[in-house]
Parts: sequence; C-alpha cells; structure tokens
Amino acid sequence: MSVGGILVMLASVLGITSLFAWCIYKVLSTPGSEQHLHGFEGELPDKDT
Amino acid sequence: MAAQQSPGGGGREAWGSRLGVILAVTGSAVGLGNFLRFPGVAVANGGGAFMVPYIIAFLIVGLPIAWIEWAMGRYAGRRGFSSAAGIYRVMTGGKTWASYLGVLALIIPVVIYMYYLSVEAWCLGFAWHYWTGGMAVTVATAQQGMAAGSAEATEAGVGAANNYLVGFSGLGENFSLATNFWTTAAPFVLLCFVINFFLIWRGLNKGIELFCRWAMPALILCSIVILARVLTLGSPEGATEHTIYHPEGSIATERVDAAKPSYEHEGTLLVPETVQGSVGTGLGFMWNPVGHSTVKVPTPGAEADADGVVPTTSLVVEESFLSAMMDPDTWLAAAGQIFFSLSVALGVIITYASYTKPKDDIALSGLTAAAGNGFFEIALGGMMVIPAAFMFASSGAIVSAGEKASSLSLGFFALPGVFEHMPGGHFFGGLFFFLLFLAAVTSSLSMLQPAIAFLEEGLGIGRHASVAILGVITALGAGFVALISSGLTVLDHMDFWMGNFALFLLAMAQIVLFAWVVGVDKGLKELSIGAEITLPRSLPFVLRYVTPSFLVLVFGFWLVKNISLDGGYLGALRPSAIAEDPIPALTVLFILVIAAFFLLLIMEAVKRWKRLEAAGVLPDPSRDPDEDLEGGAA
Repeated sequence: MSVGGILVMLASVLGITSLFAWCIYKVLSTPGSEQHLHGFEGELPDKDT
Repeated sequence: MAAQQSPGGGGREAWGSRLGVILAVTGSAVGLGNFLRFPGVAVANGGGAFMVPYIIAFLIVGLPIAWIEWAMGRYAGRRGFSSAAGIYRVMTGGKTWASYLGVLALIIPVVIYMYYLSVEAWCLGFAWHYWTGGMAVTVATAQQGMAAGSAEATEAGVGAANNYLVGFSGLGENFSLATNFWTTAAPFVLLCFVINFFLIWRGLNKGIELFCRWAMPALILCSIVILARVLTLGSPEGATEHTIYHPEGSIATERVDAAKPSYEHEGTLLVPETVQGSVGTGLGFMWNPVGHSTVKVPTPGAEADADGVVPTTSLVVEESFLSAMMDPDTWLAAAGQIFFSLSVALGVIITYASYTKPKDDIALSGLTAAAGNGFFEIALGGMMVIPAAFMFASSGAIVSAGEKASSLSLGFFALPGVFEHMPGGHFFGGLFFFLLFLAAVTSSLSMLQPAIAFLEEGLGIGRHASVAILGVITALGAGFVALISSGLTVLDHMDFWMGNFALFLLAMAQIVLFAWVVGVDKGLKELSIGAEITLPRSLPFVLRYVTPSFLVLVFGFWLVKNISLDGGYLGALRPSAIAEDPIPALTVLFILVIAAFFLLLIMEAVKRWKRLEAAGVLPDPSRDPDEDLEGGAA
C-alpha cells in the first residue's frame, strides 16, 4: 500500500466517521431536542379492523 | 379548519422519535450497494482517486437532492400528504400534472422491490446455508474422491461455493424455483415477503421504525466483527498471487516481474508486477489513488480458430491518478454511486420526511442520514470486501465486477470462494450474508411505504387494506422475477429501466420542480425551519444551476453509454430481438402495466382530493400550508 493510499484511506475513513459521529452527537445533544422525541400518536385507524 | 382532515380520512401516522426517522432513512439508503457496489466501483474507477469525484458528487448532487426531498416531504406532510402524487400537487399549489409526475416515485420503489426481494432472499438463503452446514456439504460433495487439503480439492470447493448461486437462484433455468422448491431460493423468497409485509402491516412506528432501531446497530456490530476478522488475516497461506500490469516506465524496474511476459496494448507496453494477496496489498488495491481496468490482449503464440477469432488473455492494468481523473467514466461512476447509494429520487425520503413534525429539524437529519450512509459505505464497506477478496479471489474478477457496477458478481460469485479459504470462513460467510440481509430488509421496507401512503390517501382506505392491495401487486411482480429466472434477464432489465433510467428521470424532474417551478427560495425557507445547522450560502446557486447541469451531463453520458438501438436494453425491444427472446419486452410490458395501473389510481385520487377540497374537508391546495401552522397545528 502506497503512502498516498494510506493518506486517502485515513482521510476518507476518519473524515466520514467524524462527520457521522458529529451529526449523531448534535442530534442527541441539541438543547430542546427532547421536544422532537414525541411519542407515537396511534396508528391510522384501519377500516378493516 | 377544525373539520378539515388528512386525505387518508383519519389520524396520521408519525415517527416515534427523531433518531427513529434518521435510522429509517439511513436504513433505506444502506443496502448491498454500500458493501458490494461501492468498493468494486471504486477499485475500477481510480481506487483512492475515486474519492475526489465521489465527494464532489455527494456535495453537489447527493446531499442537495436529499435535502429537497426532506423539505418537500415535510412541507406537504403538513397537509397530510405522504405520497409523491400528493406531495408534488401540494408543492405546485394544486397542479394536476404534478400528481401524474408522482407515478415515477410510485413505480420505481414498487418495481425495484419486486426484484430486490429475490436478492434479499439469496442473502438470507446463503446465511442459512452457511450456518446450518449446507455450504459445507455442498463443498464436500464437490471434493469427493479428492485428497483432503490438496490444491485440486480446494479448487473444487471454491468452484462449488462460487457456483452455488446458479442452482439456488434458478439462474440456469426458468421455473426451477417452482419445480425444485425446497432446494432453491423459493422458501426464502416467501419468508422475506412475509417478513417485509408483516413489518409494513404493523405500521410506520411499530414496524419500520422499530425494526430499524434494532437492525441498524446490529448491522454495525456484524460489520465490525467481519472487519476485525478481515483485518487480522495478515498474509494467509494459500493467498492468491496477482499479476498487475503497468504502462512501461510507470513503476520502478525492480518491481517488474521479468519471469512473466509483457504485452503491447494500444501502442503501450504493459509490464507485469507480481503482488501477493494480503491485508496490506488488498487495502492498497482499494485505496491507492490509481485505477484498475481489465484489457484483453491477443494470447501470445495462440492461433486463430476456424472462425478467425484469436484467443485473448485478460489483464488487470493499473492507471495513473491523472488518467483516472480525466476519464469521464470515473465521474459518471462516482455520480451514479452517490445517486443510487443515498436512495435519492427513489420516492422514499419524501414519504418518510412527510411524517416528521412541522417544526422538526430536517437539515441536520438529512445530513446525518447521508453521513450514516457514507459511514457504512466508506468506513465499513470500503475496508472489508476488497481486502478479503484480494487475498483469495482473482483481481480480474474484482475489477470486472466493478466495471459492471455489479454487486451480484462480487457478492455471490467471488466472496463465497473467499470464505472457503478463510479460517472460520463458513461462520463469517454466514455472518456476512446475514449482514447483507439486514441491510436489504431496511431498504426493501422503505420501498413499500410510498405506495402504501398513496393507497391510503389516494383511495381513502386504511393501512391494512392498502398493505393487502400492495401485497397482491408485489406478489405478482416478485413471482414474475423469481420464476422467470433464467440468466436473471427479468431482474436485469427491471434494474436497468427502473433502477437506473427512471431514477435519473425522477431526479431531474424533482430538481426542476423544486428549483424552477416551486422556487428555490420557498423550498429553502422550508428547509431552514427548525434547522439545527447553518445551510451553505451557495445552496440556492447549487440547486438552481449546478445540480441540474451536473445531472443532465451525467444522464447524457449514461444515455450515450447505455442506450443503443443496435443492442443492449433498448435493442432488446426491436421486433427481431423480441422474436429471438421475448423476456426483455415482456418485462418492459409488465412495468408499463404497473405504471398504467398507478396512473389510473392517481386519476381517481386527484378526483377524490378535488371533491374533498370543494367540500372543505381538505384545505385549498393553493394556500400556503404555513397558514395552517397558525393556531398551533404543529
């Protein structure tokens, strides 16, 4: 594996992993995000059941 | 206002949590393409260099289209619409033609589901066959009479594992799934169908979301276990020796293998280098910023046969970073990969987004789902499949699968051979195919929801009735694909017309609708409501000019490459070709019948919505749904 390959691999893998981790962190930690954790509001009433 | 309802005629379903919708959208995007298609396409189109056009395509095509789908979905969801036919109508202020455009977003996921179900069943079937010892029996049967551990026995075992799919899928003969029910994929097709419809019948929250909440972490866990196995294999005994060819002068003289012949190809002398399969060389094959292609050269010393055909030898040739970057095919492949992988223009994201709350963030959610898909693709798929395959399979087969952008060749033909060599290979083989199965289910579930939503709100029927109707339609299609299985012609032609051609059409229609008909400003205003990240200032310019231009360019190249009257998919529809093989034409006819059926339903749905609007049950579609927010509708 060449030095260029190692650099591309590290940049790609670490880059996307960091972005994903940051997004998840932001989703879970944004103040007020608990407001988005609204509960299930009931299934659409089915006329067959 | 108090008397107004949703077009489905009752309460609307909703996601249980914000993480739930993100996992569901990510699950929809993560499929076989992340683990099999991406690494193959990357290797054949620049290796590590592929990441340059890939990231550019992500930024100017993938993410912008995903964002507009999130915005359109939530906007129309405020009016109670979740299907593309209803969403486009609300977006355009009640234009009927926009509803008919929605037929693409209905038939694309439904038809893709019909053949995706077969692939999903193969994954489950392979996992079952590995874990219950069936593959061990298949291999042992092929090795009968051979000395244990001999090269001949190993080769026979690998061949048996490689070829298992042929009998299992019915690839060799039509109707073999019916005539050999228990020894083929037939029971697994039925089982997968039941699993999908059981989950979809349970509903958005208790079915799709609940499954994705368990399946996505399980997917990461399975991937990490397999990744750890692959990366700790080192330089295993019996690893494949590869011969990679380079243009003369492009590599150091000491790397040239003088014991092997050089070949001249298009005026360039190609010199050989011998590389032993190992984790390091496999990762290099995937990530070094150089491309690989297969070329055929006349076999030295071989005579032409009676028909004048000269035997050829296939070589794997390494291309420079610059030549990979200058090749339009690299850009086309990158745009295609982003496009297919993110599940944009599939009709799924707009439907899923319509169930979010009016003031929920969608900008960060869209970015998170796209990043999650990228994580599975790059950090997991890009690290495990090629290194494993490079250790034990032929590099020619890997590159060839990548050139054809074929998940099936790499996954079902090359990898079973790899598991035969790998210590604990049958356990890890089962785990790998189970991982693919989980990824496939999260995707196939999402393909059903757009049509369910349409049947509910278009015909005013309940979810269970909608599920039953869609069950009959998809059972017919899935049966057609599973039974007419010879050469996978039906699957291949459905994939071409719906999984490629129609997908491009819908993407272009959506971007034009959003940027030029609805207006970027209105659309981006929606995207910015509740946004927890700052949207790029360049986004309006990108959506108006860059994304449509890039799409037109890519679609143009794609048409030139794939559409020809002389042969290929369009050529198969000529009368002379139909006389020879009617299956491709029957497949296209089947798709047209499905499209006509949904067009009729859309016609009925539009009539119904107009009636309800006239009666004041539904609000006037030309009025901004934001007005509905007044008074705390959120």
